[in-house]
Amino acid sequence: MTRIDAKFADLTAQGKKAFVAYVMAGDPDYDRSLEVVKGLPGAGVDIIELGLPFTDPMADGPTIQAAGQRALDAGMTLDRTLALATEFRKTDDTTPIVLMGYYNPIYSCGVDAFLDKAKAAGIDGLIVVDLPPEEDEELCLPAQAAGLNFIRLATPTTDDARLPRVLQNTSGFVYYVSITGITGAAEAQADNVAPEVTRIKSATDLPVIVGFGINSPEKAEGIAAISDGAVVGSAIVSKIASGEPVAEVLSFVKSLSDGAHRA
Amino acid sequence: MNELVNSYTSGPDEQGRFGLYGGRFVSETLMPLILRLEDEYEKAKTDPSFWDEMHHLWTHYVGRPSPLYFAERLTEHLGGAKVYMKRDELNHTGAHKINNVLGQIILARRMGKTRIIAETGAGQHGVATATVCAKFGLKCVVYMGAHDVERQAPNVFRMKLLGAEVVPVTSGRGTLKDAMNDAMRDWVTNVHDTFYCIGTVAGPHPYPAMVRDFQSIIGKEVREQMTAAEGRLPDTVIAAIGGGSNAMGLFYPFLEDKEVGIIGVEAGGKGVDEKMQHCASLTGGRPGVLHGNRTYLLQDEDGQILEGFSISAGLDYPGIGPEHAWLKDVGRAEYVSVTDLEALEAFQLCCTTEGIIPALEPSHALAHVMKIAPTLPADHIICMNMCGRGDKDIFTVARHLGFDMSGPEGRNVE
Repeated sequence: MTRIDAKFADLTAQGKKAFVAYVMAGDPDYDRSLEVVKGLPGAGVDIIELGLPFTDPMADGPTIQAAGQRALDAGMTLDRTLALATEFRKTDDTTPIVLMGYYNPIYSCGVDAFLDKAKAAGIDGLIVVDLPPEEDEELCLPAQAAGLNFIRLATPTTDDARLPRVLQNTSGFVYYVSITGITGAAEAQADNVAPEVTRIKSATDLPVIVGFGINSPEKAEGIAAISDGAVVGSAIVSKIASGEPVAEVLSFVKSLSDGAHRA
Repeated sequence: MNELVNSYTSGPDEQGRFGLYGGRFVSETLMPLILRLEDEYEKAKTDPSFWDEMHHLWTHYVGRPSPLYFAERLTEHLGGAKVYMKRDELNHTGAHKINNVLGQIILARRMGKTRIIAETGAGQHGVATATVCAKFGLKCVVYMGAHDVERQAPNVFRMKLLGAEVVPVTSGRGTLKDAMNDAMRDWVTNVHDTFYCIGTVAGPHPYPAMVRDFQSIIGKEVREQMTAAEGRLPDTVIAAIGGGSNAMGLFYPFLEDKEVGIIGVEAGGKGVDEKMQHCASLTGGRPGVLHGNRTYLLQDEDGQILEGFSISAGLDYPGIGPEHAWLKDVGRAEYVSVTDLEALEAFQLCCTTEGIIPALEPSHALAHVMKIAPTLPADHIICMNMCGRGDKDIFTVARHLGFDMSGPEGRNVE
């Protein structure tokens, strides 16, 4: 059982929905990013999605792309991202960390070496946007063998015929992408998302978490109500981008997690 | 490795791989779309009516076959091998790009798509796409790096005249790679009505194979024309490489002819060294994953993609088509690089010896011809791909040669 599995068991026992927060590792710099990440559990975050900076984030909108660029400009790398997770783990051994990013920095490091380092850093799961099931042998299967969850994205274009393929080899939870589009663009509509969540849940026992287009406590509550939890990324990253003090960022995160937990 | 390969033309495999390279490294949202595209392309490929339509338009709209031209004065000047040029710069829209665009747009129409998006670097692919969209009455949106919008102004205006919307891309450093990112972002947002018309032999499977198949008309014509002119195949074929589509189109029909030497010429910018001020992915990069495929990339030790550098906007891409990556590894093709200065020299020589103003892209191929032709015997036949005309580049070249186009000499007389 990974920390992710344990977290969902715990949330289910409490009758609570999950709140997942995304931040870019090293944005705007290592120290401030670490301070934000360390504050997330106290702000009600159940699972941390830690963005791995990449120069060419093709599935992300301008907000997250700019965050990655800030992090890279401040000297962030894959190794420093894992160092940040290691540092976090010194004071928190229960909050799951999912590393989210693109394949090239991992491939460049070498899959086996990366998995060793990620395990050692206390990473629990991976979301790698540009690795669909067709490329499972690259990282998904080795990651699962190494005891890391590999969390797959399901999308509005994943039809019933394809869904089993997407769910196969997925573990931890399923991340439903609420819109066709990039992060931080269109707003998720609970009315459209609900039947999709039902469709996916009828095909898997894994929790289904919904992300993309969720930017307010109300949205988080609405989406969490019809799923197993909500992810907020760009809205939090925007607060960091605008230079707000860490306490302000965390108080915004708290309002979001309160929203999701009301559901 | 070489002896393990019994066919050079059987790729890609079912996973869209050429050996290690290629594949389908895209987000889940796009995956069903590229699977459908693959199905449709597989159907079209064996449908004679698809190819009838292609050949009709190639003949009557593009002006194919393009001539194979013996460059007599250049040959004399270089004093060695016999140099032929495949004149794809004479195509409608001035480059090889339209060969592929026609194929993809016919496919898009068969799939019922009404909105076409494209990325462009030098603007040649954007112009070709805007042209064919105008011909068929399709909406066209072209993503172009803001830096390229600036240095390729004539092509931007052409696209606008043709009714396309040109979106300047400011993310990253505003070049071709960033334009491709934004085109993918558009596609992932507009999945129902939009067809992504990729301009080179890169991207997720089936694009590298599909674009190669459409561009292969170049090499097929060269085989016939060279046989008619010389009674045999060329000894060496040479083409410039950015993403690698004109080169793949020339090379592919010769891959099984082991006696034909194949040379791809990359953009060496200011020189292929640790300063990385070049676009020579094969000679100066290493394998990685970007834009849906695994291939050689310009990247740092952390796997972050580097911006290329070249005088030629059309070669300014940090990757390369995956089939080229494979051909390099198995040794079937040789890949070299030439610098901006060498390309400029070739550009000028071509103007004054042959009366052909070449684009900066094929000027790179020509620069390598200038290096090797003098070392080869007179009965050695080289065919280089003159894949684009240089009208779009005269401003860039003028600047590099210190010619002031805004001065009285260069100004248009009203």
